Amino acid sequence: MGLLTFKGGVHPYDGKELSKDKPIKSVLPKGDLVYLLSQHIGAPAKPIVAKGDRVLVGQQIAEPGGFVSSPVHASVSGTVKAIEPHLTVTGAMVPAIVVENDNKYEEVEFSSVEKVEDLSKEEVLKRIQEGGVVGMGGAGFPTHVKLSPKEPEKIDHILINGAECEPYLTSDYRRMMEEPQLIVAGLKVILYLFDKAKGFICIEDNKPDCIRKMEELVKNEPRIEVKALQTKYPQGAERSLIYATTGREVNSGMLPADAGCVVDNSDTAVAIYKAVILGRPLMHKVVTVTGDAIAAPQNFAVCTGMIYEELVEEAGGFKTQPEKIISGGPMMGQGLYSMQVPVTKSSSALLCLTKDEVSASAETACINCGRCVSVCPAHLVPSRLATYSNHQNEEAFVKWEGMECVACGCCSFTCPAKRHLTQSIKSMRMMVLNNRKKKA
Amino acid sequence: MSDLYNVSSSPHVRSKVNTSNLMLMVVIALLPASLFGVYNFGLRALLIILISVASCVATEWIYKKAMKQTITIGDYSAVVTGILLALNMPPAISLWIPALGGVFAILVVKQLFGGLGQNFMNPALAGRCFLMISFTGKMTSFVLPSGASSKVVVDAVTGATPLASLKAGESVDVLSMFVGNIQGTIGETSVIAILIGAAFLLAMKVIDLRIPLTYIGSFTIFIAIYSIAGRGGLDVNYIAAHLCGGGLMLGAWFMATDYVTTPITKNGQLVYGCLLGIVTAVFRLFGGSAEGVSYAIIFCNLLIPLIERVTIPTALGKGGQKA
Repeated sequence: MGLLTFKGGVHPYDGKELSKDKPIKSVLPKGDLVYLLSQHIGAPAKPIVAKGDRVLVGQQIAEPGGFVSSPVHASVSGTVKAIEPHLTVTGAMVPAIVVENDNKYEEVEFSSVEKVEDLSKEEVLKRIQEGGVVGMGGAGFPTHVKLSPKEPEKIDHILINGAECEPYLTSDYRRMMEEPQLIVAGLKVILYLFDKAKGFICIEDNKPDCIRKMEELVKNEPRIEVKALQTKYPQGAERSLIYATTGREVNSGMLPADAGCVVDNSDTAVAIYKAVILGRPLMHKVVTVTGDAIAAPQNFAVCTGMIYEELVEEAGGFKTQPEKIISGGPMMGQGLYSMQVPVTKSSSALLCLTKDEVSASAETACINCGRCVSVCPAHLVPSRLATYSNHQNEEAFVKWEGMECVACGCCSFTCPAKRHLTQSIKSMRMMVLNNRKKKA
Repeated sequence: MSDLYNVSSSPHVRSKVNTSNLMLMVVIALLPASLFGVYNFGLRALLIILISVASCVATEWIYKKAMKQTITIGDYSAVVTGILLALNMPPAISLWIPALGGVFAILVVKQLFGGLGQNFMNPALAGRCFLMISFTGKMTSFVLPSGASSKVVVDAVTGATPLASLKAGESVDVLSMFVGNIQGTIGETSVIAILIGAAFLLAMKVIDLRIPLTYIGSFTIFIAIYSIAGRGGLDVNYIAAHLCGGGLMLGAWFMATDYVTTPITKNGQLVYGCLLGIVTAVFRLFGGSAEGVSYAIIFCNLLIPLIERVTIPTALGKGGQKA
């Protein structure tokens, strides 16, 4: 059987060799920690500590601001120094709790359970929510919401996303190599919630060692299977992954649950295991610090709230002055103008490049070559959509299915005229969504 | 540590393919047909190619300079237009004609409509058709191949192209049409040279098979039906002569695939290719002239906005098959 895949996609330089063989190293923060109150999609969390309070490792310091929200926990012990807006990766100022680390790492008591069967399904979901678990692949959607679909009996596929299709990123790869049993354990917790579902661990075939390891681990698990995917970006995008593994199509008006699927990142599965079985909330993240400007690219297990700049120091600093610094991968990551931003629950990488390919290439006229159409995983016509965006022609933009864009970046990547297609389409999409909100 | 880094919207990486290297690959792909033209018709063919290219590039440069716009001759698109225009010239043409054609193609068809990417017709073909209408006699006088050794072919013996002979009901030699030592325009005679260039474009992923195959396919089917219905039987030699004759191969592989003047939607390209085949066949079989490729392509160019409108692709998850 051929490898599973979707229609479209691109093959950018993957840069994974820089850090793929570097084991995950735990690093401790040196400076203050900054816990953003919005590390997830949904209502921001509300602080439940005040300036001067002492907090412990694992203590909840902000409570969820609604159902679609998530609490925030301290990853160190220390004193609350301030509750104030702080710079984030998007460039926005977001309210945050700043904690001064006392370096004692005193923990609260975690209530672990023997096995998932000791809990009811409601209790499992409650522990996931209380553990502050959110989607760690990038979007940060609260996991307990994702795991509470309207009709849970219709869910038949649990997909663990281990594609890691973004170039340069190796954090999921290292996790799968070093602690695969935790991913399987997390998947088993999810399967406990959905009686009719089967679990699939989906990995791109550029990680054959991972695939072998996982297959070995699940060979006696009747409800779990490993699926090898063709290496192609954006294989790990939710809709592409669902299509590749099940042949089902999901559009912007649907949730994966409408196609009988639940998709969770491999690292999220680990967080689910820790929250449900060990009772430990989400406080750490594996982050790849890499790029040709970094002296010693590595994978770090870091406390959430740590400032990015400290990670660069841990990786030996810069060997060459970077021109561009990106939080996340090169296809969908955020360009940073300052590294004084904290690690959040969905941080995946800090990428420091000596050359900025975007500023190195000037935008020229579209020659209508159709490459953007060939690579679009949502089967759109990016060239036309970008034109409608630039003309602010909302009607034509919607008619040509612009709202189905997943902002994967394939069109901009492949465009021979170097047009900023993704950027135009993304901003128009935001505008349409805002206009709809206004009307509603 | 400096806090001033480049910031931009994602994605932050770009592929190495750009407009200039795509155009350069087309230039390379046109070399076999051009070289065969020079071999077949002598050095005068080379002179015509050079004049045509120079005219196109100079027109673009002067226009951009005069309009105080960025000079874009570095993208090689004017070079491609120049070569294509020259390959569509009879080898004995007066030298000022390709020069004039280049000015018309670049100035009127391309720049006045907004430059690269905005032309509504293929500039080289529009230039050719302009010359055909204006100087019909000169543009349809085809000399016999003379070989590279001869210096002047102006006074050489002229004769009917195989396609014209075919239309007149005479028999033609398909093999020599395939190899290319026949009368015709500079670049259209050798099917094999054109196919070598086309294979290069396919291998470099500059073009795909959608348009050429649907074009040649629908054309073949139409001619076959005509052969059965109008000539009393399936005449393979007749069909092969139509395929190898005239500008069909050059048109299908190099001009119908011009990015700017093809539909951007994949299904649109199939529709466009089929239409081209039918229109070309109609022009050739029922039109006044033996040839029909140029007019067929510029005619179908005009239909592109309509074709695109009815072939908007179905977005993922928006099809009938709901999960």
